[in-house]
Amino acid sequence: MTTDSGAASRDSRPASTEAGRDTYVRIDRVTKKFGAFTAVRQVSLDIRRGEIFCLLGGSGCGKTTLLRMLAGFEQPTEGRLYIDGVDVTDVPPYERPVNMMFQSYALFPHMSVFENVAFGLKQDRVPKAEIRDRVAEMLALVQLQDYGARKPHQLSGGQRQRVALARALAKRPKLLLLDEPLGALDKKLRERTQFELVGIQEKLGVTFVIVTHDQEEAMVLGTRIGVMHAGEILQVGTPTDIYEYPTSRYVADFIGSVNLYEGRIVEDEPDHVRIEVPDMATTVYVDHGIAAPPTAEVAVAIRPEKIHITPYKPLEAENVVRGTIQEIAYLGDNSRYVVRLDTGKVVRVTRPNVYRHDERLAWDDSVWMHWHPSSIVVVTR
Amino acid sequence: MRKLSPLVLAMLVLGFAFLYLPILAMIVYSFNASRLVTVWDAANSPTLKWYGELFANDQILEAARLSFEIAALTATGAVVLGTLAAFALVRYGAFGGRALFTGLTTAPMVLPEVITGLSLLLLFVALESMIGWPAGRGQLTTTIAHVTFTAAYVVVVVQSRLATMDRSLEEAAMDLGARPWKVFFVVTLPIIAPAIASGWLLAFILSWDDVVIASFVSGPGSTTLPMLIFSKVRLGVSPDINALATILVLIVSTVVVGLGLLLYRRERQRQREVRAAVAADSR
Amino acid sequence: MSATARGPRAAAPGAPLRGALATGARLGLARRLVIGLPYFWLLLFFLVPFLIVLKISLSTTALRLPPYEPLVTWAADGVMQVKLHWSNFGFVLGDELYRTALLNSIEIAGVSTLICLLIGYPMAYGIARAPSAWRNVLFLLVALPFFTSFLLRVYAWIGLLGRNGPVNDLLLALGLVDQPLQLLQTDFAVYVGMVYSYLPFMVLPLYAAIEKLDLTLLEAAADLGARPVKTFFTVTLPLTKEGIFAGCLLVFIPAVGEFVIPALLGGPDTLMIGRVVWDEFFSNRDWPIASAIAILMLVLLLGFVVLLQRLQSREGRA
Repeated sequence: MTTDSGAASRDSRPASTEAGRDTYVRIDRVTKKFGAFTAVRQVSLDIRRGEIFCLLGGSGCGKTTLLRMLAGFEQPTEGRLYIDGVDVTDVPPYERPVNMMFQSYALFPHMSVFENVAFGLKQDRVPKAEIRDRVAEMLALVQLQDYGARKPHQLSGGQRQRVALARALAKRPKLLLLDEPLGALDKKLRERTQFELVGIQEKLGVTFVIVTHDQEEAMVLGTRIGVMHAGEILQVGTPTDIYEYPTSRYVADFIGSVNLYEGRIVEDEPDHVRIEVPDMATTVYVDHGIAAPPTAEVAVAIRPEKIHITPYKPLEAENVVRGTIQEIAYLGDNSRYVVRLDTGKVVRVTRPNVYRHDERLAWDDSVWMHWHPSSIVVVTR
Repeated sequence: MRKLSPLVLAMLVLGFAFLYLPILAMIVYSFNASRLVTVWDAANSPTLKWYGELFANDQILEAARLSFEIAALTATGAVVLGTLAAFALVRYGAFGGRALFTGLTTAPMVLPEVITGLSLLLLFVALESMIGWPAGRGQLTTTIAHVTFTAAYVVVVVQSRLATMDRSLEEAAMDLGARPWKVFFVVTLPIIAPAIASGWLLAFILSWDDVVIASFVSGPGSTTLPMLIFSKVRLGVSPDINALATILVLIVSTVVVGLGLLLYRRERQRQREVRAAVAADSR
Repeated sequence: MSATARGPRAAAPGAPLRGALATGARLGLARRLVIGLPYFWLLLFFLVPFLIVLKISLSTTALRLPPYEPLVTWAADGVMQVKLHWSNFGFVLGDELYRTALLNSIEIAGVSTLICLLIGYPMAYGIARAPSAWRNVLFLLVALPFFTSFLLRVYAWIGLLGRNGPVNDLLLALGLVDQPLQLLQTDFAVYVGMVYSYLPFMVLPLYAAIEKLDLTLLEAAADLGARPVKTFFTVTLPLTKEGIFAGCLLVFIPAVGEFVIPALLGGPDTLMIGRVVWDEFFSNRDWPIASAIAILMLVLLLGFVVLLQRLQSREGRA
């Protein structure tokens, strides 16, 4: 991500940097305005050949508009789009080497499953016999061999989703755009289908761009994730990058749950920093350097599962705070605690229930919490 | 299901009796031998003699043929015009003169027929004296007038279907390589076809029924069936009109009830299939 | 994403670009056609005729073809003369006959609308609350008259209301009257015809409104202690107001301008405005007066529609 060049050398925050793989889609400073509303603002993005790239964000963040620009349904107000090095900004959708799977699936209700999947091939005037073979191959791929004669309304939600996928893949596009591909399925089916989708992608080697608002879906499916907010891309990275090394308050807060506190750097060394956090009435020790001007307002973020909670005072001297248990939620696989500090602020802690008969913490218990110096994420934006 | 209260039930029975007894009476009297229509001639009835007379009456048959032709042409023209207008209204957002256009497409429905007929006649007279077209008045002017006032109904029917249609269907077709014109004919048209068909039927029936507008804009040589019936019944009841009414009512009822039944069956079948299909996910 | 800023843009190949532009031009043509064709038709056959009616309403009658004086004449010295005869409107509004016709039309249409509402509401309610197997059949039975000839349904009443028709037979048999009543060619017959013809127009929108009414609201009202009658007036009626508005509009507007019903069932003194236009035009051949009446009728109807919409939007805001 863009950072102050002067401070960049001092930033020893770990992050995976696997640059240099070949770019398949390039989005170059693209802006899309609808009247006075800016849906997408100066977005630049490289998507690599053969990856599953997830555009993740809340509703209205511009992710669908970006996808629709790639498909050709919307024209960028500014900027250019390249697919495989070719400028496709002004190419109409029916001439782009791109296919899309729609959120509503958009199966033609007056055509059979076979005709739906054959539709794209027919537009290309592919010979009849070849169409038959290709459609059969596609239906086999999504395990709907025997459903060719059915009409869309005779299919279940899951089957419709797979027909939509088969139809979008029938023309063997190099790039497949998927708009909330699993959004209409119920939870159980969604989990099963996620892995099928990845399996098909790996088999065909097609580049996927998936739009989703579901962070779990993005984590499962995406080789990389781009988090969007208010028309801008805030961070791009692998699921691990996004979760473990968020670069902004928004991303830290949006992905998973997090304890976020404002702080001030009191000791700034290349290999460690100390940040005074008034909300916790302590100074946290972080075991890596931060690229930020000394006076910058920073925030510290700690994931609930990275905090150890004990009834006893831990041995560590640093990164230890005390509090009182205010809420307990027993979820079976883990328990969630809300601990109130003396400052009045709360800390959320998650603890896996490893043993059946665990030492139970109770309401109003006085507890100690501590975390490893590497567990703290410091964000400057 | 809760029971209907006796009061509501009584209103239902009375209401439907009110709606249907007159038509039933008309049908019964069409088999009455007496020329005095409502005086039942028990000795010679029922009889089909008025039906025989009806089919021997060239004037009526000719008027029916003319009305049918006008109605079919009208419905076709109104469907073309109405579908275009509906498309413009649903798809082209804010174009210049949209407000006037919207007004023009809805006004013919609320306008009294007398005014529509009068104004169109005045137009045809003015046009003829200015450019010599349309020369005289007859089938052509009646068809034009009917297209104008029935197109509004087609617009309403097609517009509502277009507005609820999933736009991504068209985008999907385009995404798969179909050009805009092809998208319209291969995807949009088949999907709005039921609305277009009901628009056609509606326009046909409105044209077939119209007496007021036709009386204004039609010429002496082209008397439509409603015009003929109107001039006959102004003089009182006539038994052959009862026979004609019976035939028309039966044809229309059969078509409408038949279509309704067909659609109902299809819808039920469809719902059964949907229910059966949904179960597949839980397997 | 600083990396993406590097390097020159990949050269844009001309072919797809030209294709897009050509498509844009084609779409523009389609768009012009789709809007232009119906627009042109409606302007020519709907708006222009109106302007002609307006023009003729400002002219005077003449013994020529077409039977009215031109508005614009060219005097010998080339000076354009425009003569607007507002007198037609004054004449129509001042004349007893036209005023009566106008008021009569409003009264007959208004009362018919009210009767339709009183009969139609319980019917619509009954259909909407009938067992679902019956509902479709009943709905079809209400809609069917839409498709059968209006003219023939009015005609059916000529026989029924005749001097020796079944209605009089029934009244005689019940001993309610000693001799057949003159029912035809009276205002009564016109009311019967109006209510009969326009009842379905009232029932269908009411049915639609009542049918989508959430039944749990009624249960909630009952649960909170409201008796059925009270529930009806405090919950059902207010929530179906839109259907009532729509139904009244659908009945009143065509009823005001109705011609066939008063012509067939009404007497010589049943004056309705649609009939007067017809007579002025066909019998008196007074085109300017017929046009002036048509314009006044239109203003009246427009006023009514606007009034009702105002009323409705005020309800909506409240």
